[in-house]
Amino acid sequence: MIKLKGIAVSGGVGIGTVLVLRKDEFSIPKRKISHDEISREIYRLEEALIETRRQISQLQKNISKDIGFDHGRIFEAHFLVLEDRVLIEDVIKQIKIRKVNVEYAFSQSIKKYVDTLLKLNDEYLRERVVDIEDIARRVLRTMLKEKAVALSDLKEKVVIVAHDLAPSQTASLPKDNVLGFVTEIGGRTSHTAIIARTLRIPAVVGLESATENIKSGDKIIVDGSSGEVIVQPTEKILKQYQKRSTLYTKEIKSIHISKILRPRTKDGKETIVSANIELPEEIPLIKQYGAEGIGLYRTEYIFLGRRDLPSEEEQYEAYRTVAKKVKPHGVVFRTIDIGGDKFLSRPEVPKEMSPFLGWRAIRFCLARPEVFKAQLRAMLRASAEKNVNIMFPMISGIEELRQAKNILEQCKEELKQEGKSFDDKVPVGTMIEVPSAALTADALAKESAFFSIGTNDLIQYSLAVDRANEKVAYLYEPGHPAVLKLIKQVIDAAHDNNIWVGMCGEMSGEPIFAVLLLGIELDKFSMSAPQIPKIKELIANVTFKDAQRIAREALKLLTAKEVEKYLQEELKNILGDNFYHILMI
Amino acid sequence: MERLEEQITVNKEHGLHARPATIFVQLANKFNSSIRLDKAGEAVDGKSIIAILSLGVNKGMQVNLIVEGSDSEEAMQELKKFLEAEDD
Repeated sequence: MIKLKGIAVSGGVGIGTVLVLRKDEFSIPKRKISHDEISREIYRLEEALIETRRQISQLQKNISKDIGFDHGRIFEAHFLVLEDRVLIEDVIKQIKIRKVNVEYAFSQSIKKYVDTLLKLNDEYLRERVVDIEDIARRVLRTMLKEKAVALSDLKEKVVIVAHDLAPSQTASLPKDNVLGFVTEIGGRTSHTAIIARTLRIPAVVGLESATENIKSGDKIIVDGSSGEVIVQPTEKILKQYQKRSTLYTKEIKSIHISKILRPRTKDGKETIVSANIELPEEIPLIKQYGAEGIGLYRTEYIFLGRRDLPSEEEQYEAYRTVAKKVKPHGVVFRTIDIGGDKFLSRPEVPKEMSPFLGWRAIRFCLARPEVFKAQLRAMLRASAEKNVNIMFPMISGIEELRQAKNILEQCKEELKQEGKSFDDKVPVGTMIEVPSAALTADALAKESAFFSIGTNDLIQYSLAVDRANEKVAYLYEPGHPAVLKLIKQVIDAAHDNNIWVGMCGEMSGEPIFAVLLLGIELDKFSMSAPQIPKIKELIANVTFKDAQRIAREALKLLTAKEVEKYLQEELKNILGDNFYHILMI
Repeated sequence: MERLEEQITVNKEHGLHARPATIFVQLANKFNSSIRLDKAGEAVDGKSIIAILSLGVNKGMQVNLIVEGSDSEEAMQELKKFLEAEDD
């Protein structure tokens, strides 16, 4: 039994068999074979080598045709590897002696040679290692052709262990067959964490060398509430956790999804709770969870995973569908919040040392008005549905806001001339996530229709913590007095200028902070849908008066730990121990 | 079956890495003879790219080329010429 500890990001206990996912999206099964199967496995090796050779010939032909014969020659080493006697003999030897399947034998042989080459520590050899690994992947893919562990057709229930999961991978997961996630990198707000919470799958991230310590087929326990991961547990531990798992499922079910749309504190203050989403397909789900509209619609997903830019028409269709489906409630569309590297070719965008401080979001949009305008025009046209709000991310000061609004006005002018309909009074808000914006919220509020506080970035920028870096992730503290002060300042500035202020960061969906935020008069909470019932339940069980008192006291404290401890104690007092525990999971 | 062995100093700019290794293995595979390359007592199959690369032969190193088979003389001549030449 090995006990490991990572960052707990999605509650619950997952118990099951491990499937380790490598970067290449397929995993190599290890299987003992019988004596009778040896010749079949050797035949499969030959078959795969021939097929791969054919594929590379084709590739070589295409490349030679496209860019000249010389480039086609880059595959010469590939062919040599495919015919390599030493390699082939080694694989056959492993199949015969160790009696393992060909995929496993082949990957082991390759690994052995790659390790040797890397040990020679030679720059020129490293290039060859890349070739060898590339060819090996091709061969393995050919071998696994029919039996590839395509994530989309996982047949058995497994716990996924990976270095990191790409959005394309998590998107194709069959939810019912994933018992838990463990990844080596990431933090509370990484992609995997958010998806796991949305799907209610227990997850632990930031577990260094997880893919080395844990093997496919291992029995594993993932405790997404404490961050503990137990590999090959003893019977006793297993029973203990099975009990906890059952308990947890029961508790979750006991929180009924509130029928009341807008929660009201015991003394009558109403609060809006809405959802953060990325895809139009999520709308039925958020309605089930009782969301009052969409507080944050991330538009990046229309842009990712493709080579060309989505046209204005394509974007318009997507935004209009969302606006229509979310009725009678509204939607806040955030303009793209990713780096220039996602859109342009490498030479145009040099690799950035600190991408989070770099050329992204509104900065990229202002530099590339043609991209920005297509999106704004699409959003404006969707605003004809009369329930659309537009929000700019990463605003660091009034100038950027003015520039962005200027471009928006140009788009409106154009649309008017073209005779296309839109909502001329579409509310335009500012996302407050850069400390300089929070500190000048007063000025920004005068030119914004609303604010939405993006705590994920606000916290990382204020505390200078890269939340995806497991070495410093512990410093990422939403309860830090500096963060709380900034948030309060933003809310006060908004209210002084008669605009509403929401929060769309992960913090607004964390039960422990909800009462504090209510107390400093946050108007709208927006979060991933599964958190909604809990937050509503919580709001309905406190008084606004208590929330104000709690907020006042919490803001006097000096450390995040003191704040969290204080909030826990107060909530336990108000809710009672049992109810508190149910809500906090 | 004639067995030939010669000590050769490799003069290639980057030793037997990258393209030179590829070409050496391609050349070696043209012959029927078995071809082995021995560096300080470690001998590997000269027809295997992976084995040649693993040997880690740098510029100026001495290797023993061992050729055995029906076309051994021709093989020795051509491979030796390639290894000793400064560039390909």
